Amino acid sequence: MNLEHVARVADLNARYADAIDADRLEAWPDFFLDDGRYRITTAENVAQGLPLSIMYAASRAMLRDRVTALREANVYEGQRYRHLLGTPLITAVEAGGLRARTSFMVARVMRTGDTMLFATGCYEDRVVPDASGGARFVEKTVVLDSRQIDTLLAIPL
Amino acid sequence: MNMHTAMRQWPAEGLTRVPYWVYSDHALYGEEQERIFRGDTWTFLCMEAELPAAGSFRTSNLGDMPVVVTRDANGVIHAFENRCAHRGSLLCLKERGDAREIVCVYHNWTYDLTGKLTGVAFRRGIAGKGGMPSDCKPEAHAPRQLRIALFAGLVFGTLGGNTPPLEQYLGPDHVARIRRVMRAPARLIGGYSQIIPSNWKLYIENVKDSYHASLLHMFFTTFRLNRLSQKGGLVVSEAGGNHISYSMTQDVAGKEYEQAGLRSANDGYALEAPDMLLKNVDEFGDGIGLQILTVFPGFVLQQIRNCLAVRRVVPRGLDKTELVWTCFGFTTDDDALAELRLRQANLIGPAGFISMEDGAAAGFVQRGVAGAGDAVSLVEMGGSGTASEESRVSEAAVRGFWKDYRRHMGF
Repeated sequence: MNLEHVARVADLNARYADAIDADRLEAWPDFFLDDGRYRITTAENVAQGLPLSIMYAASRAMLRDRVTALREANVYEGQRYRHLLGTPLITAVEAGGLRARTSFMVARVMRTGDTMLFATGCYEDRVVPDASGGARFVEKTVVLDSRQIDTLLAIPL
Repeated sequence: MNMHTAMRQWPAEGLTRVPYWVYSDHALYGEEQERIFRGDTWTFLCMEAELPAAGSFRTSNLGDMPVVVTRDANGVIHAFENRCAHRGSLLCLKERGDAREIVCVYHNWTYDLTGKLTGVAFRRGIAGKGGMPSDCKPEAHAPRQLRIALFAGLVFGTLGGNTPPLEQYLGPDHVARIRRVMRAPARLIGGYSQIIPSNWKLYIENVKDSYHASLLHMFFTTFRLNRLSQKGGLVVSEAGGNHISYSMTQDVAGKEYEQAGLRSANDGYALEAPDMLLKNVDEFGDGIGLQILTVFPGFVLQQIRNCLAVRRVVPRGLDKTELVWTCFGFTTDDDALAELRLRQANLIGPAGFISMEDGAAAGFVQRGVAGAGDAVSLVEMGGSGTASEESRVSEAAVRGFWKDYRRHMGF
């Protein structure tokens, strides 16, 4: 086990989750490379080999479009998330970077005060060094344990 | 009409008023299950593509009644109640799979893929002791068989003795419009489900409400995917419960939104990568970019550009509904079209740019009418009738739903 690898992924995901939980969605795309991919799917789709996503961006521009839509177009009741992340499991060390799996639980807190366990699952990440010595996602797949989403999934996971 | 419905009075105005008690009456919920879902209606159960081979099964629902849909060794599709003849346990505990027979886990009673009871464990006891009396006929308690009808790759089921043949129930417009979408053998691309925090009728009303589409869903409007000024139309079946709303991809100019100064006309809003999402192929060759079709009580067939899906509206209690989405393409799709469908799937579902609001909106009504008593909602856009029309600034399809609903419920 290489603790530096674990720390690298854990730090990236910690900052990623903090940006979402603190409603700094504008910072969210910058955790990805320009051609980075982000998607949310379910364990059931993965098990069946089916490619459908609940959210899918094939570039950082598409991620920024998602943020613009959430800020300017889409209508949803006030809510925020609280992420709890597990320890990253490094699943592969590759020439260009790392592959890692990190468990998460997300509570959703509505403006009414209603709080629920909204989503559980894992991040399947491919992390690479960026030009400034930090790390970014070249691919982040959010695999939900359940096929059911309550009401809507506006804010990314 | 039983005692309960007899005590209820529909407002004298008729189809233009919907009393709020229809969303909050527990007894009514149970009556709907009997008179609508287990009555003379066709419920969409699954796609044929979900039963790819002999022995395939899929669990589904007829209202809140659990159902197993199977394909037997001869390739014939069956559906039956997912309830053991013995003690009523669920027979099938998986969403989908393959089986040669179905065995109840509780006491190992077995059924063939047609739903026929074929084995009772220890029926004659052990060593002459125990077992079931010889005059007991457990077969008489077997799970109820649904009548099945297949149409364009879709599997429908009914328990009603007087449900008309499916194509007659759909009507000629729906037959043509379903065939239009199902132009080749379907290939599944995935699915998910969405919990709607409302009565099932509020969700299906939302789907039939062509008036809200470009007012609630601002994404749609701003990118000219569906302005009500686009050429299109609204088709309502004769009985009222089936509808089609469609529009062409071309905008026929029109500045109605801007002039009205509505929230949804925000022209300052631009996408960085619109082609990644909005580029589409006219795969049906008729210029129709959007077609939303419903069949009473709870089936939706959706074509939004190249994003195709079926949705099952499953009541899960008075104020909870499960919406089961299944997205598909065709076995003839090339890689580019397959990728296009996956990108356009961003438009739909619980995170959909143009659909994420729907589940919440139905919930807003459910919460809003909590203390409404005998108050009623107004359904008067486009007048008081249920005729098909060109304008989608109309609630004709919503009125059509209530027309059919009242007929089934005896209101």
